[in-house]
Amino acid sequence: MSYRATPVPDDAPEKITVKGLEFYYGDFHALTDITVGIKEKAVTAFIGPSGCGKSTFLRCFNRMNDLIPGTRAEGTITLDGQDIYAVGVDPVDLRRRIGMIFQQPNPFPMSIYDNVAFGPRLQGVKKKPDLDGVVQTSLERANLWKETKDILSRNGLALSGGQQQRLCIARVLAVEPEVMLMDEPCSAIDPTSVQKIEDLMDELKDRITIVIVTHNMQQAARVSDFTAFFLQEHAGEAAVLVEYDRTANIFTSPKDRRTEDYITGRFG
Amino acid sequence: MSKTITNAIALTLLWIAAIVTVLVLGTVILYVFVNGIGQLSLEFIFTWPEGVAAEGGIWPTIVSTMYVTALAMVIVTPIAILAAVYLAEYAIQGRLVSTIRFAADSLASVPSIVMGLFGLALFVEAAGIGFSMLSAALALSFLMLPIVMRTTEEAIRSVPKYIRWGSYGLGATKWQVVSRSVLPASMPRIITGIILATGRAVGETAVVIYTMGQAINLPVSPLDSGRPMTVHLYLLAMEGINLPAAYGTALLLMILILAFNLGARYFLRRNRKV
Amino acid sequence: MPRTAPKPSATNLQLVSRATYLKEILLKNLFLVCACVAVAGVLLIFGFVGLRGWPAFAEVGPWAFLTGTEWSPTDGQYGILPLIWGTVLVMLGALVIGTPLAVGTAIFLSEIASPRVRAIVRPAVELLAGIPSVIYGFFGLIILRPIVANLTDGLGFGAVTAWFILAIMIVPTIATLSEDALQSIPPGIREASYAMGATTWQTIYKVIVPAAKIGIIDAIILGMGRAIGETMAVLMVVGNAPVFPESIAAPIATLTTQIVMDMPYAAGMHRTALFGMAIVLFVASMGLVALVRLISRLQTSIESGR
Repeated sequence: MSYRATPVPDDAPEKITVKGLEFYYGDFHALTDITVGIKEKAVTAFIGPSGCGKSTFLRCFNRMNDLIPGTRAEGTITLDGQDIYAVGVDPVDLRRRIGMIFQQPNPFPMSIYDNVAFGPRLQGVKKKPDLDGVVQTSLERANLWKETKDILSRNGLALSGGQQQRLCIARVLAVEPEVMLMDEPCSAIDPTSVQKIEDLMDELKDRITIVIVTHNMQQAARVSDFTAFFLQEHAGEAAVLVEYDRTANIFTSPKDRRTEDYITGRFG
Repeated sequence: MSKTITNAIALTLLWIAAIVTVLVLGTVILYVFVNGIGQLSLEFIFTWPEGVAAEGGIWPTIVSTMYVTALAMVIVTPIAILAAVYLAEYAIQGRLVSTIRFAADSLASVPSIVMGLFGLALFVEAAGIGFSMLSAALALSFLMLPIVMRTTEEAIRSVPKYIRWGSYGLGATKWQVVSRSVLPASMPRIITGIILATGRAVGETAVVIYTMGQAINLPVSPLDSGRPMTVHLYLLAMEGINLPAAYGTALLLMILILAFNLGARYFLRRNRKV
Repeated sequence: MPRTAPKPSATNLQLVSRATYLKEILLKNLFLVCACVAVAGVLLIFGFVGLRGWPAFAEVGPWAFLTGTEWSPTDGQYGILPLIWGTVLVMLGALVIGTPLAVGTAIFLSEIASPRVRAIVRPAVELLAGIPSVIYGFFGLIILRPIVANLTDGLGFGAVTAWFILAIMIVPTIATLSEDALQSIPPGIREASYAMGATTWQTIYKVIVPAAKIGIIDAIILGMGRAIGETMAVLMVVGNAPVFPESIAAPIATLTTQIVMDMPYAAGMHRTALFGMAIVLFVASMGLVALVRLISRLQTSIESGR
């Protein structure tokens, strides 16, 4: 569980509320009856075996699944109480409030500076001093400033994998999102960078709502306040949310037998 | 809201670009088809042109086109494939390979008139072969060479490494690996490349005018001259006396090329192993 | 019966028999020779066309040849500047019309088209590439020329008609190469941009096109090469007057068309001059190829961070 002086209170507001979500890829029923509340300014981890739909669920929050043809969602997902799938909601605006970090680092083939300045420029910030300030702050928050402050004009692709991922985080932070979605952000990078990313999650969690999908149970245990366990019980079936609770409880005294089996490694 | 409007306008313009491109293709094909279909008959295909106005059919031109194309294909295929094998399997990246690639790219972009004059200077005059199927085929081979080299090389490179390793692991020599595992696996794509290059050769005019001459003739030996369909169409169009025959020639030519193009596509889809 | 390797001896490890070893070396060199045919081709073209055309430079003088404004072989005038100008004019117009169409189609195919639409448009572009230039010329002669004639109160033979025909012909070249460049950008980049709340158009012009910039420029340069070298289609619509035109709708000639027009009856220095023009064309097209390689090499050195 993430270290906090005072734990997130039980009655803390929910940033994202999901009720009865059913999700389809064309004919394939991927997720069924998902109901959960993501607490504001906390770190929530989604764990579960590979391929069970955790990433799919995550991508519902910023409607990235809309970009895949043939997908369909039923049920409701609300952000601060507003239904994000309502008619009239612009997914483009939604994605400005919710940032996403992907499993494979994907910096733009531009300079480090331009990568981080991309978001602010999109929102109309033009003056160089303003941009400089945002770039520096974001890189600092992403634990990358010291390593890049002298090479801001170098191409982002010239960085190492772990640095690229932190660059992507800085890029997201530059638009000051309310929510940060992280889809297995550490699975493709070196352990030192993983440590740095977990550190920055720790620093950000009081300001931003973070949801992280991870394969790595120890990581979930280290960084998150709340954990949700997803499972696809038989191949070809829709995945369900088995259990959702504070991380401490999930890992020490899970209520569902299946959760316990997964935690203890009886299946993976 | 302006970003939404800009987005909508931009996307519309892009749609328009694509639609215009498709429409142009459709117009050209339709135009030739509509005007030429009336001309197509067994008589048109199999009889000779007669008289100044080239009444009658275009049989010798069809044969000339087929003959020279087949000859060029026979000449270029072994050289291009083996060249590609070298580049893909044996070559070490360096000055030589770089030079070869530059030369291939240059050959690919040579204006066809230059290739025609080259054929005239070398094959027709200097080598003394004269206006003939052979001169034209040799010139066309140079034109087709870079195309077949490139597609063959890509085909070979797309064969997964594990197929080669399997063969090496059994103690095969390099040539055995290439000839028994890699080439067979990449054959469909190689053949597709050859068909596409041949389609290009069928449509060539400037190269063949200067190497084959213009005389209407039914070629039998490679040293015979003749007139291919492309040149026939050009002459008919410029003279303007017998436009129906021109349309007919154009339609047959287009059918031939579309057949090559679509045939290559179809062949590839049926035979995709890799 | 395949040869089996001999038993390894204590002194040296011989993996195959000497005969097989020699055979492998022979084959490798045979393939090398085949690969060098391309190089031989280029050298031969330089050689034979160069040999035939060199006297034009030598006797007329390179400066007079290339910049002379009078092309009148019957009067002994061999200045090819009007023809160079014709080539450039026709190429530029075709580029101006064709490039937006081609790049737009390429972006459409890569970023916007659904798989079903793509299955129609992409083959259409490839088919456009396969139609022979005579047919385009024929189309231009019969259909386009009268239209242009009506619009410009002229004959319809001239640069304008050539622009449209040539534009159609270079669209497939530029479009397919541009699309390849766009497709080679990893999809994750697009996801990152969309996830940041960019619209499709913003993603295209802020991220994708800049990333594919070099590939698209290469495509345009190769389209230029195609436009410069095109002969038959331009020949049938351009009017064949080797002079500086008074307007864009007046008849002109290009290097390629002049060669075809004059070749049947050219002799002596006239013929040599035509070969000289071929040299100019060949050097120009090779130069463009070299330019493309240079730009690509610059690109790779930028991307690796140097």
